[in-house]
Amino acid sequence: MAADREYPGTPLSDDDVSQGKVLMVKIDPNARYAWDAGIAIGRFLAELKKGRIVGRRCHRCRRTMVPPRMFCEECFRPTDEWVYLEDSGRVNTYSVSYLRWDASRLEEPTIPAVIEIDGASKGMGIMHLLGGVKPEDVQMGMRVKAVWKPARQREGSILDIRYFRPY
Amino acid sequence: MGLRRVAVVGAGMTKFMRRALETGRELSWQAASMALESCELTLDDIDGVVIGTAPDCFDGVHMKGEYLSDGCGAWQKPVMRGYVGGGTGVFSPIQGWYHVASGLFDVVLVVAEEKMSSCHPHPQGAFLTIFDNLLERQLEPNLIWIFALEMHRYMTAHGLSKRDIALVSVKNKRNALDHPCAQVAEDITVDDVLNSEIMVWPVNRLDVSPVSDGAVALVLAAEHVAKRVTDKPVWIDGVGWHLDTAYWTNRDVYYPKYVEYAARMAYRMAGITEPRKQINIVEPYDPFSYKELHHLEGLLLCGKGEAPQLTVDGVTQRNGDLPVCPSGGLMGVGNPIAAAGLMKVAEIFWQLRGEAGKRQVPGKPITGLAQAWGDLMQVGTVVVLRI
Repeated sequence: MAADREYPGTPLSDDDVSQGKVLMVKIDPNARYAWDAGIAIGRFLAELKKGRIVGRRCHRCRRTMVPPRMFCEECFRPTDEWVYLEDSGRVNTYSVSYLRWDASRLEEPTIPAVIEIDGASKGMGIMHLLGGVKPEDVQMGMRVKAVWKPARQREGSILDIRYFRPY
Repeated sequence: MGLRRVAVVGAGMTKFMRRALETGRELSWQAASMALESCELTLDDIDGVVIGTAPDCFDGVHMKGEYLSDGCGAWQKPVMRGYVGGGTGVFSPIQGWYHVASGLFDVVLVVAEEKMSSCHPHPQGAFLTIFDNLLERQLEPNLIWIFALEMHRYMTAHGLSKRDIALVSVKNKRNALDHPCAQVAEDITVDDVLNSEIMVWPVNRLDVSPVSDGAVALVLAAEHVAKRVTDKPVWIDGVGWHLDTAYWTNRDVYYPKYVEYAARMAYRMAGITEPRKQINIVEPYDPFSYKELHHLEGLLLCGKGEAPQLTVDGVTQRNGDLPVCPSGGLMGVGNPIAAAGLMKVAEIFWQLRGEAGKRQVPGKPITGLAQAWGDLMQVGTVVVLRI
């Protein structure tokens, strides 16, 4: 690699774009999707609507899995039974986010976390948010419990759990 | 196994930039034509083409392999596009390797491109589409969430501080000052990293590689061709790749097992039994500062939790015992996803040939390794090169 040669590529500045010094072609395809929730997650969402977290157990490897699946990806065979889990668990890891999904800045941070759900096999967690706690008071391994939306507002979504709070 | 030896014989790249005037096809052509020119071959000498490019959603062009194909010299030839997320840049040369090793092709052109700037207002928005569509997107995650969650788990498992990790940014951004294509080369201090804006704690702005446009290309050749076109072929002696579960919340992310399995596959092929002694120079994937450390451990180049101390001790500096990211890495040169991975392979190629200019590590290294990682924190890709 010759350091003295000129490498190709023409960097543009923000001004080049915002002041229209270069031409751009824009399109908004506005593509929208509606996904079938499937068998396993369909049931999981229906149970969330009832205020319950459900997992799925494989009799061969004896794992109780959440999120639930109809086939065990390790044994590569059907899973065997539905198991109701607790709506509580332990913080496996957490972070403190000052960014929205689109990279715009948040004034008040959110606290994304992985929560290991009680009743599932060790290490089986889901991603959700922590709430009702200041970021500086959260600890790794802390016990947390789901804070549900009121029953009539639930619609069969992961957001039926508003967040998990320490208890 | 009856596999043929395969060498890297040429390389080319564009600058890495936040926004390039050139289209993805033009960038691909610039890198591909430079790679051919570097080994005095022409497109007529190329039997097949491998295209590496990461999510279609950045370019906003579906069937991106086909879109980029003329810039990659692929028309009227057998062509393949592989895709394993961020691991793509090191997976593409693996695909090129098995094209040639199989005996079906003598000379293959490998081109990796990314133009992330096309996604508005910020490419981060496109990352929402990598998360689980039924259970995770509703929480409106950004990509930095999951890295912050992984980094925090890594820090907790080994009792590490942010200060232990920030040194990686300092080293790589400084190394990049000597790279003619670098986007974010800087001379900074650990305190600059710690005092930069918090994005998703524990990740600060200077712990993260930038959004980039760019392209890189390599020419791979079978032994009889390689020995004819260059007196310094760089042999691909080991390749490995491995995928872990996409249920990333069901496994302990403090250690990248899939990188270890990919490395073991490559080491077995290359006859490496003591990686720390037998590998002289490393380009592990460093989109975030902690990832360089995480990956050094997964590559078995040190024990679990020991990579930060190697960095503090200067072992991973360019003049250290095990130079790590002498290019400046993604943290310094930039991160056009697939192109960034292939840049790492190109860096090892230049270093082993003694052609890395001001970045050249001392001591005439003979064995180097490049690694990338991707998908939902689940894929490892590894290439071992020797001169």
